[in-house]
Amino acid sequence: METKRTTFPNKALPYAFIAPQLLITLIFFIWPAAQAIRASFERQDPFGFSTTFIGLAQYARLLQDQYYLASISRTLGFAAAVTIISMGLGLLLAVAVSRLIRGTQVYSTLLVWPYAVAPVVAGVLWWFMFNTSTGVLSYVLRVFGVHWNHNLNGTHAMILIIVAAAWKQISYNFLFFLAGLQSVPQSLSEAAAIDGAGPFKRFFTIILPLLSPTTFFLFIINVNYTMFDTFGIIAGTTHGGPNQATNTLVYKVYADGFIGLNLGSSSAQSVMLMLFVVLLTVIQFRYVERRVQY
Amino acid sequence: MVENRPILAFLTHLVLVLGIILVAFPVYIAVIAMTHTQQTLGFTTPLLPGNQLIPNLIDVLTRPSPGRPPFWLMLWNSTLMAVIIMVGKIVISIISAYAIVYFKFPFRLLAFWTIFITLMLPVEVRIIPTFEVVASLGMLNSYAGLTIPLIASATATFLFRQFFMTVPDELMEAARVDGAGPIKFFIDILLPLSRTNIAALCVILFIYGWVQYLWPVLVTTREEYFTLMMGVQQMAATAETDPMWNLIMTATVLALLPPVLIVIFMQRLFVKGLIETEK
Repeated sequence: METKRTTFPNKALPYAFIAPQLLITLIFFIWPAAQAIRASFERQDPFGFSTTFIGLAQYARLLQDQYYLASISRTLGFAAAVTIISMGLGLLLAVAVSRLIRGTQVYSTLLVWPYAVAPVVAGVLWWFMFNTSTGVLSYVLRVFGVHWNHNLNGTHAMILIIVAAAWKQISYNFLFFLAGLQSVPQSLSEAAAIDGAGPFKRFFTIILPLLSPTTFFLFIINVNYTMFDTFGIIAGTTHGGPNQATNTLVYKVYADGFIGLNLGSSSAQSVMLMLFVVLLTVIQFRYVERRVQY
Repeated sequence: MVENRPILAFLTHLVLVLGIILVAFPVYIAVIAMTHTQQTLGFTTPLLPGNQLIPNLIDVLTRPSPGRPPFWLMLWNSTLMAVIIMVGKIVISIISAYAIVYFKFPFRLLAFWTIFITLMLPVEVRIIPTFEVVASLGMLNSYAGLTIPLIASATATFLFRQFFMTVPDELMEAARVDGAGPIKFFIDILLPLSRTNIAALCVILFIYGWVQYLWPVLVTTREEYFTLMMGVQQMAATAETDPMWNLIMTATVLALLPPVLIVIFMQRLFVKGLIETEK
């Protein structure tokens, strides 16, 4: 890791400059994470007076817990659905905007603002539109013979949070796809057009492969987003219910630990999630920089 | 545009118009709901505005409700939280990036990697122990507890580090020849050069602070520290038993308006900030 060619000679000053950041990191990030790891290997008696080391027992129990395993597959399904929907729509809109000659700015502005909507708020907005008695979408669905009820029907609840999470994320994917599309050289498309390739052929054989670094980067970011940033959506709408149907891994850590006060299990779940983020971060920094190109 | 294809041009605009409608529809419905009475919303969802906007606004802004602080206080808490987090993140990140780029000191790499690790530890994976740390420091129910633990920022530090690396070395050498020390160089040369980066980051970080939900839920139990996001969540949670959708939607729209307006009016800075922080 480089510094400048010449550096200032001061000895104490750099420590003073970096100290606030380091202190906050150590106190509020590293130490709690270490505590979570430690607690995941221990069992606390019900009154909190003593703890005993139990090794990997929490993890063993977790991996046999059908609720936890169900939560893993549920979270994966949720992440896959949100990623596919929001990346697909983001790409479609970005391609459309990149074809424009005028009005790019206006269209972009009209498409990016949901980024600033809080997850809780996004959840509540869709919760209102889907609400069983008077929601506009549940009304439309009733016309088509679907009796929408996310309070009783787990599939409906899951669709609700998928829609809300994907809606919020379209703007982000749109922006990055647009930036990616704008950096694809126009001359390539022109050359292909002269050779007789139509717009769809050009898109699938030239532009899409050249976009693969952006696509890969967004894939990682979107999985990360659905895993962690959708907490507010669930808290604002289904609270993990009905009957666990929307209890994703992150919501489960909160529900089991903060509400259910099952500290050992919650810690083990935290550590599992940590491993997952570490994996995502390593993939992101190891492979995203290396341009995936043909 | 490589060639002229009218049908494709039409499709392009169709896709965009449909996209904009899809994106705006939930907020449109909410804004419409803001202008109707509870009775109207009790049997249908209107698609055209009514005339109850002012009464609903007055109701939300002034009427006290049990279990929740007054609306203006939550608005104030959210604003204060977002601003403190924004300023705090920028200040501590810019000075730590300065230390990493312009100084050589023992444990420099270790410090850098320690900051890097924060990327891998979002609040969501360390809920209970972080809560315990904040509790044992006596920071529950305080603005310090709401903000300080969120102030560490690896992304902002990386952004400033990257920017500092592009600043010509000669500037610093010239400043040193002219007798400027590290503090003077930082304040008089580096900070003015970083203006655009700071502004772009401000937009992103304000939004980041404003939309926080899990953290305020963990560290506040006393009403006077509740944020707007918590208020909206609480109102929505009572909707099944007492569907005051007109008031819930009024509060929801008010809660989403400030950051959305910032994105719309500072779009250039927003896009710059978003794309650069993710690099």
